[in-house]
This record gives sequence, C-alpha cells and structure tokens, in this order.
Amino acid sequence: MRRVYMDNSATTPVRQEVIEAMSECMKDDFGNPSSLHWFGRQARRRMETAREQVAGLIGAEPEEIVFTSGGTEADNMVMKGVTQQLRHKGRHVITSSVEHHAILHTGEYLEKNGFDVTYLAVDEHGRVDPDHLRHAIGPQTTLVSIMLANNEVGTIQPIEELAAICRENGVLFHTDAVQGVGQLDVDVETLGVDFLSLSGHKLYGPKGVGALYVRRNRRFQPLFHGGGHERRRRAGTENIPGIVGLGLACQLSHEELPERREKLVAMRDGLIAGLIERVEDVQLNGHPSERLPNNCNLSFNYVEGEAMLLNLDLQGIAVASGSACTSGSIEPSHVLLAMGVSRELAQGSLRLSLGSFNCTEDVDYVLETLPPIVDKLRQMSPLYHGKE
Amino acid sequence: MYTEKVMEYFTKQENVGEIPDADGEGTITSPTCGDLMKVTIRVKDDVIEDVKVKTFGCGAAIASAAMLTELVKGMPLSEAMSVTNMDVAEALGGLPSQKLHCSNLAADALQEAIADYKERNGNEATGQRGKRKEVPCQLEEAKGK
Repeated sequence: MRRVYMDNSATTPVRQEVIEAMSECMKDDFGNPSSLHWFGRQARRRMETAREQVAGLIGAEPEEIVFTSGGTEADNMVMKGVTQQLRHKGRHVITSSVEHHAILHTGEYLEKNGFDVTYLAVDEHGRVDPDHLRHAIGPQTTLVSIMLANNEVGTIQPIEELAAICRENGVLFHTDAVQGVGQLDVDVETLGVDFLSLSGHKLYGPKGVGALYVRRNRRFQPLFHGGGHERRRRAGTENIPGIVGLGLACQLSHEELPERREKLVAMRDGLIAGLIERVEDVQLNGHPSERLPNNCNLSFNYVEGEAMLLNLDLQGIAVASGSACTSGSIEPSHVLLAMGVSRELAQGSLRLSLGSFNCTEDVDYVLETLPPIVDKLRQMSPLYHGKE
Repeated sequence: MYTEKVMEYFTKQENVGEIPDADGEGTITSPTCGDLMKVTIRVKDDVIEDVKVKTFGCGAAIASAAMLTELVKGMPLSEAMSVTNMDVAEALGGLPSQKLHCSNLAADALQEAIADYKERNGNEATGQRGKRKEVPCQLEEAKGK
C-alpha cells in the first residue's frame, strides 16, 4: 500500500544526514562536555558547533541559545522562570487563547500559584489584534507570550507588531516558534523578541531536543537545579547526539529554506484548491494568506474528523483532526472554538500538514482518496440530507 | 488505540442507512461530544426483522453502531429490550475508556426506536428506555487534560 505521511506538524521524518551525524557522534564523541580531557573537549566542540548552527538559523548569537529537551521545556522555562524572576515587579502574564498546551496549561499552573493570566481572543482567522494586547498590558504585566504560527490552523501572528508594543511598555516578549522555524524566515532581531522556543523534531531533526533563544541580559529562574550547564540556565549533562542532530537540521533548514518553502506552498495550495473543488460544503480554517507554507486545515460539514482520519489511515494516509475524539478530550480543538468555528465544524476538521519529504504524487493521492471517504461518511451521517 | 475487531466493524457497511417507512426510529445525541446516531427498525411478529443505523461520530461510534445491528437483527423484541451499550462494547472486545460513554450510543438509540415502535402500537415502553442516563464519565479527567 502507498503510504503518505501528511502529519508533519505533529512530527517530521528525520533527515538521513542528521541520522548519520548523530550516530557518528554517539560512536566517536561520547565524552561529557563538562570534562576537561580530550574526550570532553571533543564533545564540547560538537555542541558549540551546533549552537552556532541553531543561532545562525534565527539570527541570534550562539551564547543566546540554551539547549532544552524540546519545545515544551523551552515554553515552561520562560513562562515559569521569567514570571518567577520578575514576581516582585508584577504578577500578570498575557498570552493568547490559541496557544499550544505547553503555554496554556503552564498559564493555568501560574494562575493556581498566584498569577493573573490574560488569554487574548483571536479573530475568525486565528489572529491576535495588537490593539487588544495594548489594552491588556498593565503595570503588573511582566511577560507576554504569543506563538509565531499556530500548530493546528497555521495562522501566522503579527509578532513584530506585538513585540514592539511590549518593548514600548517595558514588558518581555516570548514567542513559541516551534511550528514556524524551518518554514518561515525567522530572525530574532527583525521580530524583536526576547525569548523564542524551537524544537528539533519539527524541522527534520530528532525528538527530545530543542532550544530556547534568550536575548542577552534577559534573566530567568531555571527550571532545573544542579550543575552549571548552559551558563547556569539549564542543569543536566547535555544531550550531545540530540544537540548535534538539532544543529545540523537547523543548518540544512537555513540552506534550503527558500526552496523548501516554495515547494511546500505549491503543494499546500494544490491540496486546498483541489479539495475545495472536489468536495462540497468544505471550509478552510485559518488565515487565507498569513499561513504556514505546510498547513491545510479544512472542516467537512456533516462528518466527524476521527472517522475521516481512520478511513484515510486504512488507505495509507496519515493526517490529524481537531475533533474531540482525536484531541484526547471531550472538547474539540480549542483553537477552532476560539476562532468561532461551530462545534460541529470543529468536529469535522482535518489537518493535513506537508513536509519536505512529500511530493506532488502524494497530493494527488490524497485528492483521489479523500473525497470518496467524505462522501461515504456523509451517506452514513444522519446530519446529511444531500443527494442520497 | 482501537482493537482489530473495532476496526473491522468500523468498516462494515451492511446495515448502514435508514429503513424507509420504518416501524420505529430512535435518535440519540451524546451530550458530551456531540456524536449522533439514528436507528430505524422493522418489526415482524415481535422480532426485529431489519435494523439500520446512521452515525455522525468517531470510529468507536461507527463500530458500535455496526455491532449493534449484527447483535439484534433477528432478535425478539423482548430480548432486544435488554441490550445495553455495555453489551455492545463487550461484543466489540472493549472500547477505549474515554469512548465508553461518549460514543457508545447504539443500544440507547435502539431502545428509543423500540419505545417508538411500542408507542405507535399502543404499548407502554417497558424496556431500558429512560432507565439509563448517560454517565458523564471521566468528565473531570478529560477536562483536566
């Protein structure tokens, strides 16, 4: 059976070059980078090269990069560490209602621990209004965290504008850029952010490794206490093979970005237009233009997302859905609901996220396979009263 | 997440649809996740001669609908009246816990259809209708996720 992987926003396949670099690293450079001897120095060299590669992709200085276990840890580091560091100044944090759970649930944790958290609403495309942010900032506000691009619907936020408002008000700004890095031009100076989270396994690198960009002189309380690793910001012996893999993945992304983006946009637009043409009663979720190059999120009226997902899986196609059943809770996607999408349409949402391993034949296979599945499920649906 | 048996029933199409001029029909919506199921039955000599079901819902909902129709086709009404959602889940070899109460609606929809049949024929419904309220299981757990 043909297998088509279109769930690249969940995780990407790992590049062969990355696998090889990591294997070599595990074999040859097993030393502890904190050791003074040759083995330790070798490992440290590998790590510092990776730090330069990560920094290079986002226009940062190497010493502004802290390696983490992934995007979730980086998000937690900022949300907990910055608020803790500045708690004498104020106890108010602002984020948006469409963030990843790594931010939202950390916000809820802060609320239980004496902080006020404002969750900014979004418009029907999933965008935060900069004026809303301006009005939400108060004397108690110490941190604002707004994602660069949404993991479900791909909407890109006006980060430059939002970060500028924070700078004017003396408030620190973090962006969870896990979905954007590797697909969009991300430059920390242009964006004007103080902190930025990224993750290895969303850009053809390994799982279990990510990084937090920390602008020079921005301080936070560490999550982990122990040794003085990562300039005392993240204790624990560094995951050298993972870091080497992340570094190479970032370098490859840097080199290939324009070409990768062009290819993704072409496939994405073909997929969206093709599905809208072939299936009735479909709506595109997210922003029509300010959208991740790899994201296609559609709601199919009268059918439920998990049923579509399972049928596609039976035909070798891997996708995701915002339905309650697939989100592991009884509520459908919080992102779609925040955008004002009805529960029924949220239940019928499907996210197809492309990657650089996809090709036009994959898109064609989906265009050929999905419409009959939707049709079959509609014929089974008591909500559908179309042609029988 | 789903067993092979659930996936097998998920793909079964034999009893999908609606019986025209059915003798009884019942529709159930899950208040928790919005799944919707409509069961129609044809009854002859107090036996369920035919049963069809339409589902708006996830894999578990569709599989439980297909299993229910297999279980009760040809079954005397008196016996069918005691079929429960748990019987359906057991016949499927189990369902993931979070699906047991959200999507496992088929027997409830059948009881509605039987009650409808009885009302049309001047009998009081004496089956399971109204006896089992949907249990908002793991509501807190699911919300806490």
